[in-house]
Amino acid sequence: MKTFLTVAGLTAALATPAFAAGELNIYNWGNYTNPKLIEKFTAETGIEVTITDYDSNDTALAKVKAGGHGFDVVVPSGTYIPIWVGEGLLMETKPSGMENFKHMDPQWIDVAFDPGRSYTVPWQWGTVGLTVNTSVYSGDPNTAAIFLDPPDELKGKINVVPEMNDVMGLAIHYYGGEQCTGDKAVLKQVRDGLIAAKPHWLSIDYGTVEKYAKGDLSAGVNWNGASFRVRLQNEDVVYGYPKEGYPVWMDNVAVLSDAKNVDEAIAFQNFVMAPENAALISEFARYANGIKGSEEFMPADMATAPEVNIPADLKEAAYVAEVCPPEIQKIYTRIWTDLQK
Amino acid sequence: MARSRSFDVRRQAGFPAVAITCFILLYLPIILLVVYSFNAGKSIAIWEGFSLQWYVSAWENEKVQDATIRSLIIATCASVIATSAAVMAALATTRSPKFKGYSVVFAMINQPLMIPEIVTAVALLIFFAMIKVATGYTGLWYLILAHSAFCIPFAYMPIRARLQGMDLNLEQAGADLYGTPWRVFRRITLPQLWPGVLAGAMLAFVISLDDVVITEFVKSAGQDTLPTYMLGQLRRVITPEVNAISTVLLAISVALVIAFYLLTKSGKPKQGDVQ
Amino acid sequence: MAETREISAARRRWMLLAPALAILVFAASGPLLIVIMYSFLTPGDYGGVIWSFSTDAWFNVVAERDFFDETLSFSDAHWSIFWRSVKLSLMTTAVAFLVGFPTAYFIATRPKATRDIWMLLIIIPFWTNLLIRTFAVMEIIRNEGVVNSVMIGLGIIDEPIQLLFTEFAITLGMFYVYLPLMVLPIYASMERLDFSLVEAAYDLYASRWRVLKRVIFPLVKPGVIAGSILVFVPSLGAYVTPRVLGGGKQLMLGNLIELQFGQGRNWPLGAALSITLLAIVMIALMVYVRSAGREEVSHG
Repeated sequence: MKTFLTVAGLTAALATPAFAAGELNIYNWGNYTNPKLIEKFTAETGIEVTITDYDSNDTALAKVKAGGHGFDVVVPSGTYIPIWVGEGLLMETKPSGMENFKHMDPQWIDVAFDPGRSYTVPWQWGTVGLTVNTSVYSGDPNTAAIFLDPPDELKGKINVVPEMNDVMGLAIHYYGGEQCTGDKAVLKQVRDGLIAAKPHWLSIDYGTVEKYAKGDLSAGVNWNGASFRVRLQNEDVVYGYPKEGYPVWMDNVAVLSDAKNVDEAIAFQNFVMAPENAALISEFARYANGIKGSEEFMPADMATAPEVNIPADLKEAAYVAEVCPPEIQKIYTRIWTDLQK
Repeated sequence: MARSRSFDVRRQAGFPAVAITCFILLYLPIILLVVYSFNAGKSIAIWEGFSLQWYVSAWENEKVQDATIRSLIIATCASVIATSAAVMAALATTRSPKFKGYSVVFAMINQPLMIPEIVTAVALLIFFAMIKVATGYTGLWYLILAHSAFCIPFAYMPIRARLQGMDLNLEQAGADLYGTPWRVFRRITLPQLWPGVLAGAMLAFVISLDDVVITEFVKSAGQDTLPTYMLGQLRRVITPEVNAISTVLLAISVALVIAFYLLTKSGKPKQGDVQ
Repeated sequence: MAETREISAARRRWMLLAPALAILVFAASGPLLIVIMYSFLTPGDYGGVIWSFSTDAWFNVVAERDFFDETLSFSDAHWSIFWRSVKLSLMTTAVAFLVGFPTAYFIATRPKATRDIWMLLIIIPFWTNLLIRTFAVMEIIRNEGVVNSVMIGLGIIDEPIQLLFTEFAITLGMFYVYLPLMVLPIYASMERLDFSLVEAAYDLYASRWRVLKRVIFPLVKPGVIAGSILVFVPSLGAYVTPRVLGGGKQLMLGNLIELQFGQGRNWPLGAALSITLLAIVMIALMVYVRSAGREEVSHG
């Protein structure tokens, strides 16, 4: 019966797409939204939510830029926010004046990509670091040498996430540069270093939680939340923060300037800043959220997780990821292509 | 030439063996896929014991159900449109002697094959976005149209292959008997063409069902299909939930095939049995 | 009189072509024009294009200026990716033909009533999601997978062979994904094969192999051509299979082009690479169709 109704509904949708009041269209990363969060939002506000997935910042940007998409809310990474704002795609909703803004962790208010929070509120933040299986390699996991100059035990069992900018950033810092550098001496080392390291990698792939957990992979470049999910299945696995430098990213909830359901979208921005709601976001994907007091609503294992709480002595090495200028991006793409040729 | 009575002109040594191997190859991954839909663990590749949890979770996940049904609707519409257009185009390009502009038409029809998906996707995104803004219509027909376009060559090629060298005399005789071109087509051409049409339609359906990239760029709000839903999962982790859905769909299609078989077996000879 | 008949035949032909061409002009030629235009523009800072003329993209397809010592060199990254795509696509097509032809023959020689069923059996596996299917192939060839376990169990090998994330894995995956595109067209043209002709042939030629080569194969050639095109061309632009089974270590053309439109943010280069691919396929197709057309006449 349920299926029949859906078929009927979809057939109707063929004829008339309706965006009546009391609806909200969210455009978010796939498998990133806790269904419980949406149920709670609908229960509290009566607003029906539709979620549509994307799989990269670039796809989301290209689609929204083209227009005619029908989305109200989008969740881009902080690095991309200046582009979105610069293109006039985001609405200045002034979250700083919203009721739940008082829960914001002060360290995430004056961020470079949205100073004072005029457009966005935090969704989740995390780091890019290293997943290492200590039963295979017991040395220091806090260095990018794990994948750029791997110890013998790890060779052939390494995975690198196919995120060009993050991997380039890690490699550049390992060879002594800063993100988005155009320094040719450093970039030459980066290229040669990456190409020399590649034969020791098994894959450049996503979706590796199971492979780390079961020992198909022993180390690699990974996100902290993914590494956390690995550790829950395999206690030998630790997360390393490269002391040479590692990127910190944050995904943020923003309202589109051509949104049809503005009030609903703003209500959603306010909603996700409430600690118990932010906790639901974190519970699902296992990343921190930037809202004070959300810890007490989170699963107990998150409050103390070393993947979420950066050790004091490695905090210095973190850098907030930025978008590189186009001419630099071009060089990075060339290096990345050379790496995979 | 002396030949034993049991000589079968159709037999080719080794061919049945290859065919059987081919079917085993085709179904081995499918069997695994079905097995893992009952996995107690979260993996689609590592077995951890029997459980029905993914069927339960698929049943409760409206998003994945909607996406599956949406995929089926789009694939059905697109394959019907593409096959009809392809039958007509194939008749036009093979019935008459080679005409001027034939190779241009042939290249046109195969054009969607030759452009990488991502390129069509980006171009269609920009193109359709202009129409969406101008008309305000954001329904499923954009996806159906885009899918129909890239399904056309897949439907056209087998139909054209079938038409080539088909006996024209029958049609000529039919023209004398039935008169109108439409009746000749329905009574004579289509039955002869049937295996080609079926092959073309099935290919078009499958190609539409599997499309990710173009759909990802053309879809509007709330129009995720099963492949784009899966693409979103690819970055994180793919659970056996979709295996469960695939298994249900497989069971339904196998049941349909069996029903179809029993019908053709008991029913009167089909139109197709002309020759 | 004959002339008017010819004109009406021409009109009917274009009327029959109209629906297909209309859809294709709208949803394929339009995009193609946009892409050609893009390849001559300047990349936008953050994706997209800027409306100023440039031939940089085309220059970059074939050559690159080394950003360390400014020397010009042949763009060997692009060409080695290009070559890999062509090589693996040809291998995929060959394997698909070697397996697909006997399978189509097998189906075509079943009793009439069951042929449609066999055809459905070929296609049913493809009604499941592509990614899930690709992951199932992965399960078969990974180190602890079915193939390696069986071979170790039989004592053929001692250590698992690394099959996954190799060119072999990509070829196998593409073969698996595109097989019906070979089988169905061959079957469609073979199904009408008149076996009395084959029987007569046995009186002329002695062996089954010669009958196959001299009689059957020429008759089903249109199907083989159709199947080869349908396997070869999509393999060239394949995206999902190389990404999943190749482990991302070896780019294919589809992935290279995707990179330019995505993280690389160089749409004009992506467009120029696409048109290069298109041109090569187009030329290959025309040569193929021409020579095939000539064959048809000689057999006609």
